[in-house]
Amino acid sequence: MSDIADRVKKIVVEHLGVEEGKITESASFIDDLGADSLDTVELVMAFEEEFGIEIPDDAAETIQTFGDAVKFITDAA
Amino acid sequence: MFDLTGKTALVTGASGGIGAAIATALHEAGATVGLSGTRTAPLEDLAARLGDRAHVLPCNLSDGDAVAALPKDAAGAMGGVDILVNNAGITRDNLFMRMSDDEWASVIDVNLTAAMKLSRGVLRGMMKARWGRIVNITSVVGATGNPGQGNYAAAKAGLVGMSKSLAYEVASRGITVNAVAPGFVATAMTDKLTDDQKAAILGNVPAGRMGDPAEIAAAVLYLSSPEAGYTTGTVLHVNGGLAMI
Repeated sequence: MSDIADRVKKIVVEHLGVEEGKITESASFIDDLGADSLDTVELVMAFEEEFGIEIPDDAAETIQTFGDAVKFITDAA
Repeated sequence: MFDLTGKTALVTGASGGIGAAIATALHEAGATVGLSGTRTAPLEDLAARLGDRAHVLPCNLSDGDAVAALPKDAAGAMGGVDILVNNAGITRDNLFMRMSDDEWASVIDVNLTAAMKLSRGVLRGMMKARWGRIVNITSVVGATGNPGQGNYAAAKAGLVGMSKSLAYEVASRGITVNAVAPGFVATAMTDKLTDDQKAAILGNVPAGRMGDPAEIAAAVLYLSSPEAGYTTGTVLHVNGGLAMI
């Protein structure tokens, strides 16, 4: 697994308090990992800080799953 | 009773009577305060009176870029913003039929839109800290209306709706959002009233007197305190009984 994926996973574990094993490529933050809408905003904020990138609101809306997040950050970083 | 040691508080409109009293009360409780306002001289005077833990952060809230910069400037000066008091307010009174677009827009911009932008600007830090206090200073006229103040009353009522909506969103993160609604308080804003107007107003105030800025500040101090952690989405009316709502 890529370094980016590891760092994203660490943030998700910390923020949502979920087991690492549950975080699969297709795991939806809201449907599978128990995030509420505010959690998703916080996750995006945390990704922005960790990777030093800007994630605009319209892009943030497309980040639904762990895989989406890793792909967006990989493309942006 | 209320200890704000180690907390940082940004107060807008700190050059005015109520704002200065709020900043003073929070400072006395131990907070580091950021004093914002358009007029630098009174802010410098207040900072000098307070001594340590006081930062002057001039900002014209009708300037969108300046509003956007203020939360960052405040965090830069104080290390963060734990408490935001949206106190700044202007009046541009006119009868509704004569009210210009500019009179309407300028009051909405400063009294409502700036409060929204500043709240948005400080939320990130509060969310991360899992602690925050936002206190919006509204007005009794936001609830009762007032002839000649259609713009001001609309902005103040808007602050209440905004506070309650935001209170819902961030309550689970240890952040409370409340409003304080002063009645008639002895400040430069109410000095503009004629003696006849003052007498007419006081006739409707069961307490029989104007409020003191310190009495508004005491309400803000409570809502800013750790002890008020279970109080959110409320409007605390401080009006001598003028409107019991």
